[in-house]
Amino acid sequence: MTEPRKTPLHDLHVELGGKMVDFAGWMMPVNYPMGIVGEHNQVRTRAGLFDVSHMGQVELRGTDVAAKLESLAPSAFTTLPEGKARYTFFTNAQGGIMDDLIVSNAGDHLFVVVNASMRDQDIAHMRTLDIEVVELDRGLIAIQGPTAEAIVGAVAPAAAELTFMQTTVADVFGVECRISRLGYTGEDGYEISIPRARTVEVTRKFLEHPDLEPAGLGARDSLRLEAGLCLYGNDIDNDTSPVEANLTWAMQKRRREEGGFPGAGRIQRELAEGVSRKLVGIKPDGRAPARRGVEVADMDGNVIGKITSGGFGPTVGGPVSMGYVASEFAAPDTKVNLLIRGKQMPATIIKLPFVQQNYKR
Amino acid sequence: MAIYYSEEHEWLDVDGDTATLGITKHAAEALGEVVFVELQEAGETFDKDDEIGVVESVKAASELYAPVAMEILEANSALEDEPGSVNEDPEGNAWFYKIKIKDTAELSNLMDEAAYKAFTA
Repeated sequence: MTEPRKTPLHDLHVELGGKMVDFAGWMMPVNYPMGIVGEHNQVRTRAGLFDVSHMGQVELRGTDVAAKLESLAPSAFTTLPEGKARYTFFTNAQGGIMDDLIVSNAGDHLFVVVNASMRDQDIAHMRTLDIEVVELDRGLIAIQGPTAEAIVGAVAPAAAELTFMQTTVADVFGVECRISRLGYTGEDGYEISIPRARTVEVTRKFLEHPDLEPAGLGARDSLRLEAGLCLYGNDIDNDTSPVEANLTWAMQKRRREEGGFPGAGRIQRELAEGVSRKLVGIKPDGRAPARRGVEVADMDGNVIGKITSGGFGPTVGGPVSMGYVASEFAAPDTKVNLLIRGKQMPATIIKLPFVQQNYKR
Repeated sequence: MAIYYSEEHEWLDVDGDTATLGITKHAAEALGEVVFVELQEAGETFDKDDEIGVVESVKAASELYAPVAMEILEANSALEDEPGSVNEDPEGNAWFYKIKIKDTAELSNLMDEAAYKAFTA
């Protein structure tokens, strides 16, 4: 076992009373004294600050870098305008998902953010291309919530001008940072990439704002689950295809038609013929949370699927889950049973998300 | 009257061969915000270490185990409607069961307050 790594904000988390745990090889705060529900509600009603420095930040440079990246992922990058970010994923030869990531056109290079647990795999994967892959040593914070625009825009006016999935470089408290209007909570907000040595200073200055409170991984998970956003390793993985996971929207038309990415055979076949299972929202009718691994059955007791993420949704005020079910049971309002602790608990298939996304379009 | 504690972080406030049973403040704090409680019904009997309920927080599900062989006399059904009370008053109003202890000699396997304090220190 190697010692968990620390982000530049580690000591600040401890100072703020963060409950630290090993997450994907990184010491990260699950919650602060406010608690998971309080932090969740803070993000839905005002704004929360998350440390996401454990995620990998990478610059890709070189001739035709966008076209070359298209050989690994089924999204369109050659037509991605400068200053725009795009959600995508690396597919494997079987059409499963190796990881999901965000790719931004930063003008003279592509800026890529990958999951913490997958950063070594992803960087090695991108290094198979004839391009320059530079892993950045920078901090990354997310400021999320309805007052994020006021908080970040007051410091960097350019941030207020961005719309959802736009990115720019701007001065933040005297430090040159990359600001991207996106996140993982379903709320409006930003991710701000900061030179490592200045991350603590910038974060502390933001936290002086009365509307902003630190939020941990616990709230991050309940927020993204209510927003219907996939967690890699839970809801999507090497076995699930983007079509099964309802991520067809992230594969632009030209790529879907032309192929030319790993696993295109399966993905194009599924697009034409349909899939046998689909990722859906599942709302337990009662109060018992249905967590990852819980089996989903039809009304006759036949197992038709499995929960991949589940827990308590503070904004919903009850349990919320996501999982794969056989396609004939994937229509909203379909009644199913969840097998929890040997009992059948009734639940209803819903159209994701559980909580409306509030992006600034 | 005496209060006993189990290694599963339950407290038992004993009066003769009956007792009130709940989870400790230490357990409630470790669990985090409780969002769901599932209780067994009055009249049911259990051997020591049988599962007697479920407490779920925003973080995880935890089972509750019988600290001694017991029969449930009364379940605190208010917890099912207001699971958050387990965080507010775990050693008071948010008790789980009134029970009848099958064999009070089993209490000697439990800890007193000083031992439990040392156990959780």
